[in-house]
Amino acid sequence: MAPIQLQSRLPRTYRIKEIKQETEMVRTFTFDGSLRARPGQFVMVWVPGVDEIPMSVAFDDGAVTKITFFAVGDCTEALARKQVGDLVGLRGPFGTSYEWKPGEHIVLVAGGYGAAPMYFVAAESVHHGVTLEAIVGAKSKEHLLFIKELESLPHVSLHITTNDGSMGYKGYNVDILEKLLAGSQVQEKSQRSQKSQRSQRSQRSQKKSEDKPIDRVFACGPEMMLKRVSEITAKYKVPSQLSLERYMKCGYGICGNCCVDPLGIRLCVEGCVVHNDVALKIADFGKYHRDAEGRKHKFA
Amino acid sequence: MNLSQTILGVTFENPTVLASGILGITAASWRLVVQSGAGAITTKSLWPRVHQGNPSPTIISTEHWMLNAVGVPDAGPEKAKEEIGDFMKDHLAPLIANVIGLSSEDFAAITRVIAPLKPDFFEVNLSTPTFQKLRGKLFAEDPEESAAVIRSVKKEAGIIPVFAKLTPNVLTVGAIAVACVEAGADGITAINTVGPGMAIDLRSRMPILAAKKGGLSGPALKPIAVRCIAEVYEATEGKVPIIGTGGVYTGEDALELMLAGASLVGIGTAVADGIDVFKRVCEEMQLWCTNEGVWNISDMVGGMHKAALTQQ
Repeated sequence: MAPIQLQSRLPRTYRIKEIKQETEMVRTFTFDGSLRARPGQFVMVWVPGVDEIPMSVAFDDGAVTKITFFAVGDCTEALARKQVGDLVGLRGPFGTSYEWKPGEHIVLVAGGYGAAPMYFVAAESVHHGVTLEAIVGAKSKEHLLFIKELESLPHVSLHITTNDGSMGYKGYNVDILEKLLAGSQVQEKSQRSQKSQRSQRSQRSQKKSEDKPIDRVFACGPEMMLKRVSEITAKYKVPSQLSLERYMKCGYGICGNCCVDPLGIRLCVEGCVVHNDVALKIADFGKYHRDAEGRKHKFA
Repeated sequence: MNLSQTILGVTFENPTVLASGILGITAASWRLVVQSGAGAITTKSLWPRVHQGNPSPTIISTEHWMLNAVGVPDAGPEKAKEEIGDFMKDHLAPLIANVIGLSSEDFAAITRVIAPLKPDFFEVNLSTPTFQKLRGKLFAEDPEESAAVIRSVKKEAGIIPVFAKLTPNVLTVGAIAVACVEAGADGITAINTVGPGMAIDLRSRMPILAAKKGGLSGPALKPIAVRCIAEVYEATEGKVPIIGTGGVYTGEDALELMLAGASLVGIGTAVADGIDVFKRVCEEMQLWCTNEGVWNISDMVGGMHKAALTQQ
């Protein structure tokens, strides 16, 4: 199989090397070769004869490229019917990526298949001496993604939440985020006043990473979850980076479908990963998105 | 060095214009384009009803060309009124409302809706390659059909100047321009995309664009734009302003289109390489003109034709 070549705005088709059924509705496709994607960047995925849609890159280590998707619409359902050896078009990578500094203590908030890019961040950033709190949330146990992969990485403390309590904390991933940030703030204050660390602990085990204040938060998942992450991180004054998803045609700043109000910025170029100070200025955020014709649709 | 001009009573701070079909879905994106240096913006083509575009892939490119078969999607007059109304509140720069339809009645209907919002110009899309699929041919292939559409738009536009946007895919662009001007067009926009073109994926052996073919734009368009603008300028004897569009990436590209006869210069595909292209093109024009002793940008308009006259 020919490896992926470096290209961006013209799709090429590649043969699927491996298919992994992650959950009932979620699959991961592996392709030979690299698009040199950074965590948080996206590609346009083309199913010949069907459609082309944007998708976060689930993994790219310079040797293989992966996409993880939920079979939910015409295009992803057609994609889900593909077998090993079938052709899928890719172009990109496009957009911004998550940014961190070596040695930081970072919280990852993953909702649904947003766990894929969060795992990509973790796999990359642990090479830079970063310690991570990975909060993975899902409706129930069988919808949790990338748990084993995250567990296998060094310097990653895993926090699992399910809405029904079938695994981990019963509730939402953002509840754990708030607890971690509240605890971190207490630690930071006490460190500043040079008192002993008698900080609050979340209900999970005491890991060394928790002794460090939290430097930043990365999140990927449903928009309403991102909205909560935005609010919580603003409240605790911790910088966060959020991956916002919008309808896209070109992926490189031409079609204007992903422009957001009132800034007018293009989420395919100035996003998808936006810093929270920008996200807070986006009127659309958590409220509405636009369709192929530019009409507004409210988030449920 | 003065980059500003007044054209048909409208003042433009500089000659760069956001071309129709690029960004342009929301007032917010128009404002960002103006803040990025554009002298004016053109809306996406506005239909008198909701119009669905093509499935994706719709836009693909290399460094040499872009193919697009977006299919002119639009949410219809209500959204157009909302976005234009919003932009006109602070009216940071002139707004050119691009209108489209499948018949003279369609064009009249959308012009009637938009005219009360007082756009600075109307631009009549006679030339999207999508017409080939929708009605078998482009209006801009035929002088009579083009003239009929222009007449119906003029009736509804009131005092707002009307520009006819022409296709390069004819050998008689000058004659089509004359037919439009005789029908009442106040100006000409030249050119729309070339082609259409096609790209095939080798492994799947399928055309990449879902609509199979799409209009071609990008750097290679410039010589075709320059030729068409020059022919339009000659045919209309330099009497109507021209918005020149096609392959503009630099200040020198823009100046070349102006020498051919353009008063304003549309920028479209180059936005993919950075929204600051408008500011950069203006700075490069200013530098070139200052070095060459040109103090008013309007002195460049039609310069090729004037130079030819001097040499005779």
